[in-house]
Amino acid sequence: MRTVIPIGPYHPLQEEAEFFQLVVEGEKVVDIDVRLSYMHRGIEYLAQSKTYDQVVFLVERICGICSNSHPIAFCQAVEDLAAIEVPPRGLYLRTVVAELERLHSHLLWLGLAGHFIGYDTVFRWAWRYREPVLDLFEKITGNRNHYAMMRIGGVRRDIREEDRGEILRALDQLTPIVQMFTNAVLDDPVIAARLKGVGVLKPEDARLYCAVGPTARASGLEIDVRRDHPYAAYDKIPWKVITQPEGDVFAKAVVRLLEMIESINIIRHCVENLPAGDVYTEIREIPPGEGIGHAEAPRGEVFHYVRSDGSNFPQRVKIRAPSYMNVPTFKATVIGGTISDATITLAAVDPCYCCTERMMVKEVKTGKPCLRGEDLLRLSREKTARLRALYPSTLDKFFS
Amino acid sequence: MFQTLEELKKELGNKILSIKEHSPKRFYVEVKPEDVPEFIRFLFDKKGARLSIVSGVDVREGIEILYHMTFDREGKIITVRTLVPKPFPEIESLANFLPAANWIEREIYDLLGVKFRGHPDFRRLLLSDDWPEGVYPLRRKEP
Repeated sequence: MRTVIPIGPYHPLQEEAEFFQLVVEGEKVVDIDVRLSYMHRGIEYLAQSKTYDQVVFLVERICGICSNSHPIAFCQAVEDLAAIEVPPRGLYLRTVVAELERLHSHLLWLGLAGHFIGYDTVFRWAWRYREPVLDLFEKITGNRNHYAMMRIGGVRRDIREEDRGEILRALDQLTPIVQMFTNAVLDDPVIAARLKGVGVLKPEDARLYCAVGPTARASGLEIDVRRDHPYAAYDKIPWKVITQPEGDVFAKAVVRLLEMIESINIIRHCVENLPAGDVYTEIREIPPGEGIGHAEAPRGEVFHYVRSDGSNFPQRVKIRAPSYMNVPTFKATVIGGTISDATITLAAVDPCYCCTERMMVKEVKTGKPCLRGEDLLRLSREKTARLRALYPSTLDKFFS
Repeated sequence: MFQTLEELKKELGNKILSIKEHSPKRFYVEVKPEDVPEFIRFLFDKKGARLSIVSGVDVREGIEILYHMTFDREGKIITVRTLVPKPFPEIESLANFLPAANWIEREIYDLLGVKFRGHPDFRRLLLSDDWPEGVYPLRRKEP
């Protein structure tokens, strides 16, 4: 018998509202449909009535978690349009903020992913270790979120010389913790049993849907804007692109975990080798023309297209966030799986997990709810609990 | 010079209206609306490009549609540009062979009123269900 599970559209915990409809036969998901834009704010339209400097602040408000990626992509689009050179120190500072953002975003995802499979230890520890990252943000930019660091031509603030030692010390403390935490999650047999082979995105599907970021890299596509289209200081720093061939939820977790260690190394390298000089170039006017800027946000490529008619206001700003390409891959990953895996498969792309809070299974005929969000979360956790009884968890030992 | 662009010129050169090299990493190729699927197929299937996004711009002469094709191995972007005339802009859909174009074509219909012929699932994406027909938020306000 076919039933439809509506998920959404409103949930109190997340920043965005989406509405999924899972069509299920028994336990098996046979189709999925997505409706979005319950929070459409008309930012592209609004951007046409703001000056270039104001748009930087506007696009920062697109997302509270990757609030640096959109400004960096927009600034690069305008810099491409007007052929503006950013001074080296500005480029290094851009890299520092971008990588700190990846660090805090991946920790946030990991915690929520743990929460949804009923592993609240992972949730608590991941978010506990996210705090020192936010403290670093406060030290460098003055804000824990919405850093207001980017400006066209460079960055707004410089790192104070006396802060450098403290930043490096904080990174040193963070390294063994993230490393140990990574090992604990990777070696845990319960997490492996729960996530391996779940929600597999095949490489050919990843390419057809043009998936980006960790979603694509976990399916073996070796693409990363930071390496392929070098911006900021990524071409001057030794680091490597993390890929995994499997395409399942576990692979996506592995990619994000290993990327965190890369991020720490990139930040350390930048802070240690910060070149001297200005942090921005003064901009007088923006000529008519068009420009493209893209950057690797924690979730994948952010893409901005800007067109200018020579006035103070952009004629058109087109913004594409990474989830726009990653969310449609649900069609390829959720279908064929079970309901108890749907929550974590939907969360694996790192869109908005708390949709699951609002999940509800309805009988098509009667319209009567027979499974609610809590039940789906319970299903997912019960599956983990069953596995936990089978395997000794190294994670529990680690955190006890 | 960008190898793929040279091959594009050789393969479909007679259908290119103009080529602009904005910088060593950014190229704009202007084509007729009916030739767009052929160009995208060539770049996506044969040359391994990735569709970053499509953007629509309302200009005086019509609606300009730009297909941003990203080449990750080469670190370059080729933008295929076309102009569809108003007041009833229409163009062939790419969503049948390129699922990545599914959402953005629906979005461009919502915001700019461009109809994509042959789209497998042509419903609203962004605007709410009670939004009036024929009102497109990103169209220019004609004086």
